[in-house]
Amino acid sequence: MNFTVTDLSLMLPEIFVLSMACIILIVDAYLPERLRDLTYQLSQGTLVGAAILTLGIQPESSTLLMSDLFISDAMSVVLKSFVYLIVFAVLLYSRAYLHNHKLFCGEYFVLVLMATLGMMVMISAHHLLTLYLGLELLSLSLYALVAIQRDSSQASEAAMKYFVLGALASGILLYGMSILYGLTGTLELSEIAKAIATGQIEPQLLSFALVFIIAGLAFKLGAVPFHMWLPDVYQGAPTAITLFIGSAPKLAAFAMVMRILSEALPDLHHDWQNMLIILAVLSIALGNIVAIAQTNIKRMLAYSTISHMGFLMLGLLVAKPDGYSAAMFYTIVYALMSMGGFAMLLLLSRAGFDAENLDDLKGLNTRSPWYAFIMMVIMLSMAGIPPFLGFWAKWAVLSQVVAHGFIWLAVLAVIFSVIGAFYYLRIVRLMYFEEPSDTAPLQVNTDMHLAVSVNGLAILALGILPQPLLQVCIQSIS
Amino acid sequence: MESIALIIVLAPLAGAILAGLFSVSRKVAHRITITGVGLSFILSLVVFKQVVLDGLLPFADGTAKEVTLYTWLSSGNSIFEIGFLIDSLTAIMMVTVTFVSWMVHIYTIGYMADDEHNWSGPGGAGKNSYQRFFSYISLFTFSMLMLVMANNFLQLFFGWEAVGLVSYLLIGFWFQRETAVYANLKAFLVNRVGDFGFLLGIAAVLMYFNSLNYADVFANANNLAGISIQVFPGVEWSLMTVICILLFIGAMGKSAQFPLHVWLPDSMEGPTPISALIHAATMVTAGIFMVARMSPLYELSTTALSFVLVIGAITALFMGFLGLVQNDIKRVVAYSTLSQLGYMTVALGASAYNAAIFHLMTHAFFKALLFLGAGSVIIAMHHEQDMRKMGGLKKYLPITYWTALIGSLALIGFPGFSGFFSKDAIIEAVHFAYEADRPGAMFAYYSVVIGVFITALYSFRMFFLTFHGQERMDEHTRSHLHEPPKVVTLPLILLAIPSVLVGVIALQALLYGNFFGDAIYIAKEHQVFTDYHGILGFVLHGLMQPPVYLAAAGVFTAYMLYMKWTDIPARIQHRFSMLHRILMDKYGFDRFNDWFFAGGARQTGNLFSSIGDKTIIDGFFVNGSAHLVNRISGILRQLQTGLLYQYAFAMIIGLLLLLGWFVHF
Repeated sequence: MNFTVTDLSLMLPEIFVLSMACIILIVDAYLPERLRDLTYQLSQGTLVGAAILTLGIQPESSTLLMSDLFISDAMSVVLKSFVYLIVFAVLLYSRAYLHNHKLFCGEYFVLVLMATLGMMVMISAHHLLTLYLGLELLSLSLYALVAIQRDSSQASEAAMKYFVLGALASGILLYGMSILYGLTGTLELSEIAKAIATGQIEPQLLSFALVFIIAGLAFKLGAVPFHMWLPDVYQGAPTAITLFIGSAPKLAAFAMVMRILSEALPDLHHDWQNMLIILAVLSIALGNIVAIAQTNIKRMLAYSTISHMGFLMLGLLVAKPDGYSAAMFYTIVYALMSMGGFAMLLLLSRAGFDAENLDDLKGLNTRSPWYAFIMMVIMLSMAGIPPFLGFWAKWAVLSQVVAHGFIWLAVLAVIFSVIGAFYYLRIVRLMYFEEPSDTAPLQVNTDMHLAVSVNGLAILALGILPQPLLQVCIQSIS
Repeated sequence: MESIALIIVLAPLAGAILAGLFSVSRKVAHRITITGVGLSFILSLVVFKQVVLDGLLPFADGTAKEVTLYTWLSSGNSIFEIGFLIDSLTAIMMVTVTFVSWMVHIYTIGYMADDEHNWSGPGGAGKNSYQRFFSYISLFTFSMLMLVMANNFLQLFFGWEAVGLVSYLLIGFWFQRETAVYANLKAFLVNRVGDFGFLLGIAAVLMYFNSLNYADVFANANNLAGISIQVFPGVEWSLMTVICILLFIGAMGKSAQFPLHVWLPDSMEGPTPISALIHAATMVTAGIFMVARMSPLYELSTTALSFVLVIGAITALFMGFLGLVQNDIKRVVAYSTLSQLGYMTVALGASAYNAAIFHLMTHAFFKALLFLGAGSVIIAMHHEQDMRKMGGLKKYLPITYWTALIGSLALIGFPGFSGFFSKDAIIEAVHFAYEADRPGAMFAYYSVVIGVFITALYSFRMFFLTFHGQERMDEHTRSHLHEPPKVVTLPLILLAIPSVLVGVIALQALLYGNFFGDAIYIAKEHQVFTDYHGILGFVLHGLMQPPVYLAAAGVFTAYMLYMKWTDIPARIQHRFSMLHRILMDKYGFDRFNDWFFAGGARQTGNLFSSIGDKTIIDGFFVNGSAHLVNRISGILRQLQTGLLYQYAFAMIIGLLLLLGWFVHF
């Protein structure tokens, strides 16, 4: 292996985040309780620094580093930037909640930063091994985060389920990867693609490997029937953790799917296209239908996530750069919306009280018209109603699906979206047309207030002018 | 000139917006709107002078008679535009409309002065009614001008519907009264029936001419004259006949021709200025104007002309009869309006479009005068409209009396008054058609001739009952009787002048001269008014015809029945009670419509509602699918058991299914 200075410079963000995570770990250990905020500030500073580094040292064209283990390209820059942004917002949103629930400790920040590092590695992986390492770094951090509230049996149960099923999925994925290695003799993504392109490998064996890989990826995305962990984990984890799980890791999962399917296995797209169709249809259908029966918002949002992941796969299964851009756009939009939605739950929670049932949103309009408005924007956007951002995300994906001849898929997706609109609109109804059952005044910090407002308004503003964001996605894929 | 035309149209609109949407005071409201309409009138006179007297073309530096202002939409080959067409026909309509409207605006100040008393209940329902009223009538003026100045069918339709809307709003102006709400709904619905035909006609024009512009359509009319179409399989109809009759159905609604006349008498529920402006002088003549405007099309279909002729004749005669038995002063005038609209329609059917427009104009003046006179009486009588409670008002309301006399004389066609010329011209034209053996012309001829007698009879019945004879009002009303203020009497006097003179002035130009130029097209063999022997010649000719004597007989009969032998009407009524009942029942049209159309529609609606909507759509599709989804949702959520091994099992099953599906060994 040869290291060059370029290698290191393009990997600076990763190195920086890793070093900072270690520093914070040590600093926090010696920090007196009253100075604990420093940990928070350091973490936020780390994210800002990483963002500056990532945006500052962009490669001219996609560059392979570290003997082709690692890639730095336009897509990785965009996705990483959004990861920083989202994690930054997540920390900001979670701060008050963590204080109130006595979870404001160094471990949380270190784990979040480690998970972030895992995501960065996944996003930039160009080698099945790197990919897997990134994935495991992310997953292990998340398992621990779910269990961070040690005295909550619900959280422990969720963490246990997540861990066991995650391990199973990792096993499946690893199995698929090892078969692939056996067939192609390489772990590097572009080499795998080359080996398959020669056409000398038995196609049945390739399909065999592919099924395992798709199953592993489907677990990470949360696609039906590999979705079972999602509702339980979303509900069981403390809301601040759910917020984290539900937002940034989706970007990393998208990157992982992209790396494997479009970079390593483009020639198998006929096979994985059909698999994704099945998974997408099942996810959209089941997610939207079962969400209706939920009374717990976190659980409802979990099912909503499942259906959104179905939509994401609709974009991917087109197997063309246009479709990938649409899927990427969808993922980013989804992360922004999901973040806003969970942030509203955090905002309504206080010491000793977790807002997580539909009834907790009753009459929000009389308690705070502004937050009700923001929540309405988020819900309508999730339902895909113009002029909000979510509409354009759905539009981008569906137009690709239609353009490539899968009209029936688009019709099906729209029908289930209409069914899904019900549970989003129900929240709007509860907020505006019901009397509040909880009348405690909302205590919101200024930074939280600003961030949530910006979050909601961004969904509105980007919905009115979606072109720039869409353009970024298109450029970063081609 | 474009800008003048624009100001003419937009000044009333601006007035309507300012008076209606901004809470201005009453004084400001009437000042703005009267100024706006007055400006329109004066500029219309300017246009009239240029176009008619100087013979100049109005647009594009005197080279075109039409102008396109704005392209609203172009779709394929169809272009939808807003534009103006100003020729002599437009000009005469513009002057008539703006003048009458202006008079009515002024009159309204007096009529609506204490409108608050017409509203009941707390909450100040009538608080801004004064401003609202002015806003509406200005909006009406705008709409009517858009209608007459249009250079294409689409804009015509816009104006057509806009005047319909304002008419609706104004008939139901006192929306607390159940009768007013009933009447405006009725007017709206009956007009929808007409509009249905009208819209189909426009669609047919667009389909076959591929243009909605008048000039294009008229230029192509001859080429398409021979075409016949199959509306129903196996039945061939001439395209022109279909288009003309469809368009005329629209006119039947708007101009209240039999059998779509039923809404006009009820429209008297609106305030009297409205009855004068909209339901007598201007809006109801829109149908007449439209047919005259379309004369190049109608001349190509004698079938359609005969249809028009017969419908007009029925309206002219039978609606006159109804005027004989009404006791409400406004309703008598309303039936008289119906009958006179019938006369105009008859003229159209006889191809005497110029005579129709002539009568339209004279009628606008004297009928507005009669309505405003009736309104003046109503103000004086404290909103009492029953003629049986009036009588002997001559000495209390001298100005109203004399102007009403002028209006009535003009209406019955007293020699020298405006109505004499226009009505004689119509009868002359029908006579000509009769001699030319056009289908239906004989019936039309006798109808309009008998109609003259009837007109005189009901007009003077009303006149005598109101102004002469015993004073039948109660003591309280009598003690308060006095002439209404100047804003009311001034328009009466100003309208009385044209009611007398306009006939003499316009006769030669409109009928015999080349006034209309190419605005109205009359086929050579249909031309009636060819040789002119001067006013005196026309009057002498008229004096030798039966109508004058029939009118005199009508007045005489009215005098005998209601001044001398006042017990006779009751005896006639008793003797012919059957006939009287039929007339009081308005030939049963309202009852039939209520039973058949309204009742039938309600029943059908209920049927569709209960079976189609509630059971099938709501029950099965809407709620049914929702219930289904809900149930599926409830079942599927059971899958999420919370048991870890089942989750893992699901994953493995999924994996195996994918394997089985995609891997073929």
